[in-house]
Amino acid sequence: MATNVMTASAFDASESWKLPDRGQVGMACLIVAESAIFTIFLVAYVFYIGKSLSGPTPREVLETPMFYTICLLSSSLTIHFAGRLLRRGRRAAFVGLWSLTILLGGLFLYGTGQEWHRLIYEHGLTIATNLFGTTYYSLVGLHAFHVTVGLLMMAIVLIFGLAGRVGRTEATRVDVLSLYWHFVDAVWVVVFTTVYVIGR
Amino acid sequence: MQRDTFMCFAIAIAAGSAAAGRATRLTSIFAPESTPARSIFDLSMFVLAITATIFIVVAALLIYTIVKFRATAAKANTEPAQVYGSTQIELAWTIIPALIVVVLTVATARVIHAIQDAPQPSGALEVVVIGHQFWWEYRYPALGIVTANELHIPVSEPSRPRPTFLKLMSADADHSFWIPQLAGKTDLIPNRINEMWMDPHRPGVFVGQCAQYCGTQHAKMLLRVSVDDPDDFDAWVQAQRQAAARDESAAAGRQVFEATACINCHTVRGTGANGRFGPDLTHLMSRATIASGAAENTPENLRLWIENPDAIKPGSLMPAMKLSDSDLDALVRYMQSLR
Amino acid sequence: MSTDAMAISSLQHVERTWGETLHEWATTVDHKRIGLLYIGFALLFLVVGGIEAVIIRIQLMAPHSDFVSPQTFNRMFTMHGTTMIFFAAMPILFGFGNYLVPLMIGARDMAFPRLNAFSFWLNACGGLLLYFSFLGGSGLYGAGSAPDVGWWAYAPLTARAFSPGASSDYWTIAVLVSGFGSIGTAINLIATIICMRCPGMSLGRMPLLAWLYLVMSGMALLALTPLSAAQLMLLVDRYLGGHFFDTQAGGSATLWMHFFWIFGHPEVYILIIPSFAFMSEIIPVFSRKPIFGYPVMVAATVCIAFVSMSVWAHHMFTIGMSSYANSFFTITTMVVGIPTGIKIFNWLGTMWGGQIQFKTPMLFCIAFLFQFLIAGLTGIMMASAPFDWQLGLSYFVVAHFHYVIVGGILFALFAAFYYWYPKVTGRLMSERLGKLHFWLFVLGFHLTFDVMHIPGLLGMPRRIYTYEPGRGWDTMNLIVSIGAFVQAIAIGIFVANLLISYRKGAKAGNDPWDAWTLEWSVSSPPPAYNFASIPVVQSRRPLWDLKHPDDPDSRYE
Repeated sequence: MATNVMTASAFDASESWKLPDRGQVGMACLIVAESAIFTIFLVAYVFYIGKSLSGPTPREVLETPMFYTICLLSSSLTIHFAGRLLRRGRRAAFVGLWSLTILLGGLFLYGTGQEWHRLIYEHGLTIATNLFGTTYYSLVGLHAFHVTVGLLMMAIVLIFGLAGRVGRTEATRVDVLSLYWHFVDAVWVVVFTTVYVIGR
Repeated sequence: MQRDTFMCFAIAIAAGSAAAGRATRLTSIFAPESTPARSIFDLSMFVLAITATIFIVVAALLIYTIVKFRATAAKANTEPAQVYGSTQIELAWTIIPALIVVVLTVATARVIHAIQDAPQPSGALEVVVIGHQFWWEYRYPALGIVTANELHIPVSEPSRPRPTFLKLMSADADHSFWIPQLAGKTDLIPNRINEMWMDPHRPGVFVGQCAQYCGTQHAKMLLRVSVDDPDDFDAWVQAQRQAAARDESAAAGRQVFEATACINCHTVRGTGANGRFGPDLTHLMSRATIASGAAENTPENLRLWIENPDAIKPGSLMPAMKLSDSDLDALVRYMQSLR
Repeated sequence: MSTDAMAISSLQHVERTWGETLHEWATTVDHKRIGLLYIGFALLFLVVGGIEAVIIRIQLMAPHSDFVSPQTFNRMFTMHGTTMIFFAAMPILFGFGNYLVPLMIGARDMAFPRLNAFSFWLNACGGLLLYFSFLGGSGLYGAGSAPDVGWWAYAPLTARAFSPGASSDYWTIAVLVSGFGSIGTAINLIATIICMRCPGMSLGRMPLLAWLYLVMSGMALLALTPLSAAQLMLLVDRYLGGHFFDTQAGGSATLWMHFFWIFGHPEVYILIIPSFAFMSEIIPVFSRKPIFGYPVMVAATVCIAFVSMSVWAHHMFTIGMSSYANSFFTITTMVVGIPTGIKIFNWLGTMWGGQIQFKTPMLFCIAFLFQFLIAGLTGIMMASAPFDWQLGLSYFVVAHFHYVIVGGILFALFAAFYYWYPKVTGRLMSERLGKLHFWLFVLGFHLTFDVMHIPGLLGMPRRIYTYEPGRGWDTMNLIVSIGAFVQAIAIGIFVANLLISYRKGAKAGNDPWDAWTLEWSVSSPPPAYNFASIPVVQSRRPLWDLKHPDDPDSRYE
């Protein structure tokens, strides 16, 4: 008895048998898992709004980071177009837009760092100050951590790209990383709305 | 096989209950003596009846199946009819459980509301319960009483209802107040106020213990409730309201008490001792046990508790006081004077 | 039997040194090897957790016993729970999934082999880290050592004020790290099942085991992560001065409870669903009939997955939620019992009209059915919130969940061991020892866990290192403890069977049970590459089609 169960029409079955790309599915799963983590931090943030016993309140100390938010959200556009260029084989243009994406993400991180510096040294708000401090730094910090990881991954791709090793055949893998980056930006939209709009 | 096991189980309960008799009822959830416990008991009988029926029906079907459809030598080389499913049957065994669920949830919701949303009548006694590691603090705000570990509440007869409404708080970790004969358990959680009530129908002593793991000595954070006749209760209240008895023959012990660290944790009303970390000792001798039920309230145990608490309740927060023998004896005499 | 597969595997037989073999296993990315690593580690932790249980039971045999100190006892029940859930049950189920899923869907390996290995080692290191706490957890005044906060680690008991030293940190970090490993495996299983099925195997044709592992992995993504988030918050509290669960600063102890149980309840479904998978593969084969109602089984499982995410606060009925919240969770908890109950009926329907063979795997399946029925019914009792105000936090709950985990999951695992051991090793396990293991374990299990319900009904709370005499708990506890010893002996027989059969078991061949899914089409053990050529299938039971070409399944589905 044959171990495989091939039948006469096996060949046709195999030819038309297309399943989703496992990189995309894997990244989608990771995004689902990460969304759950962020949701819990968001729930904690919302739950503790107005419950701090002392210390600075959001209204007193928060300044809306409009510019850096625009940087981050624009980087979603640049990464999207970078991917399209790569799929068309336009390597140099890809590297250019990819670098711009990293720059914009880096600017966002710089902005976060600047904001934290102001909050800590001018307003005395640390993670240990009160419930607002704890939930704010944890939530924004968790997001910033994910931005950092994304930038590191993109830097690795950039190094390979500069070495001429990223072409059309790597486009699907680069797309997987882009998916992650879009997720990071989407999270920022939610965090931004919760912290700087609703929570104030 | 499973049927025999179930029979053994049923016989075990019956035998165990008969043998243990009264003792078994002490903390049994099936011996309610108060309205909330009774409501839960009635609901539980209903739920048990339904679940027992489901068990008998399904178990019978399972037993029938494994007996009737076992492989036999006669059918050795054949395969049975390959049946893939049946929409009607599957619909039936979805709808019937759904109906059972509806019945159970309606019955349950009524009891939840009856117990939790019961209004507090004007004559109710209010007690504030504060859970500590590993003892219970009781405050009666309207009566001006503070005591520890042994709760006294009045009996509540149907003709003269006098329920007790408890406010539950915690000074440290989570605890849970559970006296099965009087009510279901409710947790004591720091930074949160929970409420429960009970109206014991007969006088007597009811016991239970902390039911939420709270640290090393969670196991010996026992509960003891004395349900008193109205006269007894009033007498108890009057006695508790008094400041500490002054017994001159125990003056030496009182000196020791007030000169050492005791006053940092304990209160003896009418003296300079007003610590809140440990139990109020003003009327220590009115209690049958010490260390929240861990030992009987005898002079020997008192002495041992002060000298070496770990011998009675290892891991409790009472420190060994490292006193000389004479100081210890004097102190115990002082404790005994706090009637 | 294909000759080319045989020829290639005989070529692979090379002499290796111990060092080389060890290196091979330590660096493997083969799903079968990783599966066995998971199972091996899990069995080790199962034994360790079992020893902790025996210590607990010896202490509780009589009231006011001093076999162990309260401090040690509290560490025992914390470590027992943590070990069994995170380092025995989860890994052993992921191990079976790892081994079986690619074989059953006609794939050569998992979607991400290196992630697979990494996930295993994260889990293993987490386990070792947890146990290192016995040595390294000392902190303030030696107040450390192994964690003693219970496996739920309720706040504020885990705050620095109440948990000095590093013992709680060992719990937090060990579980956090292994949690990431579990998420990795969940991602891997989903990607494998979605993207690597062999041609012809649509989602509607894949074995129920694959479906159930798919659902279980999806749940893992959504349920394990809230615990990770809460643990990160706890670390912020303990190390950075945060106040997430700091009640002194306005923080909430109940917030931890919500986060924990949003993980904790789906977690137990994550554990039981693979057990359902084993039942759904084994019962049909030993009843000689296909599973009754395949589409409904899938739908019921998906239903369970969704509804189970809405029941978590039934673990919190006593914390003082409003009557509306309590009613809501009563309703959802009872509703989740419906699709679960349906499954029992479907297995019953599978056996009905069949020709049941009482081989050891089937014995464990039948016991599972009775025991899971009882466990489900005691669950319904506790779903009724007022009833739970008495039953909750008592030994009734302990009896209930051990009924599910031991009487359900462990029995299903035993069935799976006896069923797939021939595939993994090429030899059958001893039927004689198997039946002895079965009956002895049934005896011990029921002695312990049937009787354990009674002290709960008589007011005995859980997590107490000793108890008062004269409350009717004494004899019951003694019987419970005796049952534990009987179970330990039975497990010993099982381990002996595993080891002896490896050398002395009867040769199994490809398909000793006359089964119908793809793993039985390859040699036992399978070659490293699984299939010489990727199979193409036309029904849910490709081997039935091959064995009955005149009456294939594809005609009826």
